Amino acid sequence: MDLNYTPEEQAYQAEIRSFFADKLPTEISSKVKAKKRLTKQDMENWHAILNTAGYLNAHWPEEFGGKGWNAIQRDIFDVEGNAAGAPRVVPFGLNMLAPVLMAFGSKEQQSFHLPRILDGTNWWCQGYSEPGSGSDLASLKMSAVREGDEYVLNGQKTWTTLGQYANWIFCLVRTGKEGKPQEGISFMLVDMDTPGVEVRPIILLEGTHEVNEVWFTDVRVPAANLVGEENKGWTYAKYLLVHERSGIAGVGDALASIDHLKHIAREQKLDGKPLAEDPMFAARLAEIEVDLSAMRTTNMRIMQAASDGAPPGPEVSMLKIKGTVLRQSINDLTRRALGPYAMPFVSEALEMGYNEEPIGPDYANPVSADYFNHRKTSIYGGSNEIQRNIISKMMMGL
Amino acid sequence: MDFTHTDERQMLADMVGRFVRDQYDIETRHANAASDEGFSREHWGQLAELGVIGALFSEDVGGFGGAGFDIAVVFEQLGSGLVVEPFLANLLAGTALAASNSHADTLEELMAGSTLLAWAHGEPASRYSLNQVETTAEKSGSEFRLNGNKAVVISGDTADKLVVSARTSGDSDAPEGISLFLIPADAEGVHVRGYPTVDGYRAAEIALKDVVVPAEALIGEEGQALAIIEQVNAAGTLAVSAEALGAINVGIDMTLEYLKTRKQFGVPIGKFQALQHRMADMMTEREQIRSALINAAGHLHSSERNWNVSALKNLVGRAGRNIAEECIQMHGGIAMTWEYAVGHYSKRIIMIDHLFGDEDHHLRRIIKLGAAAAATATVT
Repeated sequence: MDLNYTPEEQAYQAEIRSFFADKLPTEISSKVKAKKRLTKQDMENWHAILNTAGYLNAHWPEEFGGKGWNAIQRDIFDVEGNAAGAPRVVPFGLNMLAPVLMAFGSKEQQSFHLPRILDGTNWWCQGYSEPGSGSDLASLKMSAVREGDEYVLNGQKTWTTLGQYANWIFCLVRTGKEGKPQEGISFMLVDMDTPGVEVRPIILLEGTHEVNEVWFTDVRVPAANLVGEENKGWTYAKYLLVHERSGIAGVGDALASIDHLKHIAREQKLDGKPLAEDPMFAARLAEIEVDLSAMRTTNMRIMQAASDGAPPGPEVSMLKIKGTVLRQSINDLTRRALGPYAMPFVSEALEMGYNEEPIGPDYANPVSADYFNHRKTSIYGGSNEIQRNIISKMMMGL
Repeated sequence: MDFTHTDERQMLADMVGRFVRDQYDIETRHANAASDEGFSREHWGQLAELGVIGALFSEDVGGFGGAGFDIAVVFEQLGSGLVVEPFLANLLAGTALAASNSHADTLEELMAGSTLLAWAHGEPASRYSLNQVETTAEKSGSEFRLNGNKAVVISGDTADKLVVSARTSGDSDAPEGISLFLIPADAEGVHVRGYPTVDGYRAAEIALKDVVVPAEALIGEEGQALAIIEQVNAAGTLAVSAEALGAINVGIDMTLEYLKTRKQFGVPIGKFQALQHRMADMMTEREQIRSALINAAGHLHSSERNWNVSALKNLVGRAGRNIAEECIQMHGGIAMTWEYAVGHYSKRIIMIDHLFGDEDHHLRRIIKLGAAAAATATVT
């Protein structure tokens, strides 16, 4: 056991730090720090910068062009990036679909899709949930019927994050009705320009357009777009979900959010003194810091334990629960730190170029919207209740 | 950064674990605790011979360990057996001797297991404060005369020698002016009143009435003991937190086993989601405690020691209590009996909150450390 960085890790940290200092455009980082909305162009620009530097897929195995980064390297990149105000990379192609294609895709699918994920030609979104299939994902109904060299897709997907920007979607579809619900599911890649695909916005409770419904009406997809074997999609789906959860602890985001909260608590006054000096506030904050410090180590232990390239085990469910609840508690404390100025919300002020005088402190406007938005984190990616089911079943044998 | 143990340290952990498994079942433990001295000389000697005491001290003072991780692995295993032999008391007193580089002969005897020491620092009014010392040591010529009362001295009733803190100058809460002395427990004027603790260990109230010791009894520099006391306290906090983790491991294992075997409404109660989800949370918190333990062990000799040690103790207090209570609740009535072991594990986990500062004490300390760091950052 050694908590110190090796000389190599120190050098790597310095390299990463100077990368963010030199290459992260201020135009983007200032938006992230002020919690303004990023445009599609912002996200694409950052994606391209990361790709040029070779960091976009550094966590991929070397045989697929990555650097095979380990847990410590990923932690450093995560923490440094968040501290610098780097946006979160859109994960659907890069971190979710790519591992599935590497493990289960055909050579053709790998050589066609992986480069297009990296160069940004294809923006992927995820077609998992349906209106009637949330936690009970295996009950999904969207159908794919084989007709010659094609599948014909009919049905509806929902909660499709950033689907309004995507041009490809990976879907879980029903190809069989025999046996258990899990047995008739297949994993399909769909070009969203195909006739019959329609994206409709869902506006979230704080007023943002982040997720969508995607409707499929007689959408004809080449059979070559089936990943792996027909009716084996559930296996691939679960594999993807474990990868989805592997960055879920959100350590870097939490650390940056705590710094922001501390800044607010020094500015806000309670009985004429900084809120930061109030014993009750200080106690709530200190408890979060204790938990976060432990979680950073838990995260690295669990990720480190997963052997190179292999997906982490069900322990990841613990990170999902802890990571989401911790960040939610930071959002909660930040909102409460504002007092009455938690209430005003001018949505347009989140756009760059909004030049009017802020209402209250300049950091106040996005805070409550952010709090409400982050209630999603304990629901998505397998709700925290589902994670507890996974721990019970896989780790405890209950 | 590396999260695997060295082979040697893993062997140390396995060795103590094997001792607990093979020779220290819960009946043996209860028998040792109920004996006159409250522990077994035979088991103590055996563990000393295996080098378990020596593993708690560094090579430059004659041990063969002494790193935070050595203390952590040993005490985690001791915790899994609720071992009552006086490891904690001797870790504390021995750390004071080692830190001051004095009384090497006594430290050697301590590591051999032949001389028992205890750490007599806390007082009836000091609670968890480290610098609240009302006991006085008046210097006259080449001697010191000690007067005062020491409270809840762990294993204080069987110690051969005591490491006693006393004030040689300053107000009762001044950081300066505290000194440490090594005194024989049978010295004239030392009155020891031993008693059992609720979780099966032994402690003592010790009154010092005109106890006269020579200047050689002094440990370290006169009036400068607080830094040593803080070091001792950090090692002790780490040790009992590791012990708590060992006890938590057993508590969780027993509860899980019970959920799989106990049937109600015709099914094992582990089939009920109301219990499954709480158990999942306990597993998660246990991993958090292990992480905090790693952080504190890794920083035991770094400038970030105090923050990490307090973070650990806060989490052990907070999450540990929940686990200890849930182990009882999820078992139901059987856990309320003396005969069934899980309750004894819960008792130890809860009582550890009362050693070296509870959850709230350490949260306050973290806040103070944070405020101090912020103030420094503002100044520079």
